[in-house]
Amino acid sequence: MILDLKNIYKDYNQDKLVVPVLKDISLQVEEGEYVAIMGPSGSGKTTLMNIIGCLDRPTSGEFLLAGTDVLALKDKELSNVRLNSIGFVFQSFHLMPRESALENVSLPLSYAGVKKKERKERALKALGRVGLEDRATFMPTQLSGGQKQRVAIARAMVNNPKILLADEPTGALDSKSGAQIMELFQKLNEEGVTIVMITHDKKIADHAKQVYHIIDGEISREVGEEARHEEEKD
Amino acid sequence: MFENIRLSFKGIWSHKMRSFLTMLGIIIGIAAIIAIVSTIQGTNEQIKENLIGSGDNTVEIALYQGDWTYEMGYEGVPAGVPVITPEVLEQVKDIKNVDNASLYLSRQDYGGVYHLNTALSGGYVIGADENYFDTCNYIIKKGRGFTEKDYTMFRKVALLDKESADALFQGEDPLGKTVEIRKEPFVVVGVVAKSKQFEPVINSIEDYYTYSQDSAGKVYVPDTAWPIIYQFDEPQNLVIKVASTDDMTNAGKEGASILNSYLSTSDDTIKYKAEDLLEQARQIQELGKSTNSMLIWIAGISLIVGGIGVMNIMLVSVTERTQEIGLKKAIGARKSNILGQFLTEAAVLTSMGGILGVVSGIVLAEIISKVSEMPVAISVPAAIGSVIFSMLIGIVFGMLPSYKAANLNPIEALRRE
Repeated sequence: MILDLKNIYKDYNQDKLVVPVLKDISLQVEEGEYVAIMGPSGSGKTTLMNIIGCLDRPTSGEFLLAGTDVLALKDKELSNVRLNSIGFVFQSFHLMPRESALENVSLPLSYAGVKKKERKERALKALGRVGLEDRATFMPTQLSGGQKQRVAIARAMVNNPKILLADEPTGALDSKSGAQIMELFQKLNEEGVTIVMITHDKKIADHAKQVYHIIDGEISREVGEEARHEEEKD
Repeated sequence: MFENIRLSFKGIWSHKMRSFLTMLGIIIGIAAIIAIVSTIQGTNEQIKENLIGSGDNTVEIALYQGDWTYEMGYEGVPAGVPVITPEVLEQVKDIKNVDNASLYLSRQDYGGVYHLNTALSGGYVIGADENYFDTCNYIIKKGRGFTEKDYTMFRKVALLDKESADALFQGEDPLGKTVEIRKEPFVVVGVVAKSKQFEPVINSIEDYYTYSQDSAGKVYVPDTAWPIIYQFDEPQNLVIKVASTDDMTNAGKEGASILNSYLSTSDDTIKYKAEDLLEQARQIQELGKSTNSMLIWIAGISLIVGGIGVMNIMLVSVTERTQEIGLKKAIGARKSNILGQFLTEAAVLTSMGGILGVVSGIVLAEIISKVSEMPVAISVPAAIGSVIFSMLIGIVFGMLPSYKAANLNPIEALRRE
């Protein structure tokens, strides 16, 4: 079991008001799975992703990442978990604008203390994995949206994380580039990468093997084609 | 680290104008300090050079009564001051770093030295031993020097320096002519000069009073002929030549204490003292020190103001780059990575300011020296120190913005679009 969340609650304090965002979330993801979490905006799906990505801590609950109780870890150790076990992909790519594609991909390696020569080799390999080795020296402004997202995916994959977290990975892309990203996710998943993707787009979610819905902070698992059609009727 | 420096240059370069304006405070502060220090250093070196001459390295040890040289002419030979024997001279030559030592007799004579009706008033008569001209770096300009026979046969011969030759002969060739010392005729056989001619640089009336004491003319005779004009068994002075300028003070002190150990005078104000030119130079330099350190403090304040400017811009930069910081934290950067990146950027920024400041300071110092004819010497340690100091300013004033960056909450940071 790579992700094991049990009874996760998350509240935000707004002025003197306590706003519950996540209510009793339990979620298990096995290694090699491809999971989509769907929900409308404000449903708490990004908060859930931040908790899974070790950027945020729940108010209560249990969370084991590959068997490690990450909630017991200190800030510095959490950085190491993010560095080595998690790869992030964002809707708006978040590439360093003044760094080339290669330098962007090498960034996590430099935090991991990898030597310069090896950094370059591994970053090139990661770019190869997303089909962009010929764009290594390009600056982000010289790349199309789809290419930028692929560079971001290469950056997320360069430290060989256990899990790839994607927050609306196609949200800023046209449908053709979006489809390419989905193909890439498919390929990575077939290579054994566990993927957890957050989206509000049903067509995108359909690429995943398993879909969860999160509405008003509560999660429900979608069971088979019928359940999905049921929902559409509502 | 190297990666951080590379990133810093990239960041600074992408905001050229802003970076330059941020550095400006540091540049002005450092330039002012370098210009001030260079001028001080230049003045100090000139004082030292004016007093010591360049590369002469001789120390005179003379008999003093209290703070004044003992005047043999008025006071007569003091009791209890023995003649310095060759054995004592050897003892002096054995002092560390002493290359050579000579004995000489000296009197300032106000009306005893003539050529025909022209007097050399206030000039010195020097009774030199055979080694004297060598020790004191004299060369023969005209005619010949003293020979062994001049000494052994008590010949009444004399050497002049340029000043005494000019004063007594006023342009005429003095060779073979007669100079009268205490009514005894001496034949001029040559004219001597220091091998390295040195003219003190006189910029002000104070400089003139400080440095002009050496310009009275001198007439040299063999020390064996001294009793013909003055007295037998007069105690001599000592001149020693040392290896380097910095040895002058110590060798002079040691030489004086050796000579003093043979004294048995009842008047204990009578003592041999080294004319410590280095010490004198230090005292003159000391006079200007308080004004100078005040100027440096004022320049230092401008550096602090510059540092605050750096802090200000770094804070703006952290706010601007919130997203970048959030992303870096999300992909695994530790607090220390972010802290290091921003501290490096601040340090690189102020170090560049420091380097530019040193360069403009040197240019400024050169301009000052051209315009005001003040001597200027660029101090390398001051230049290196300034760059290191400006780097420290960057680290100190970069601390607050860097901590702010390192402690940003990555979720908030990423959310900000």
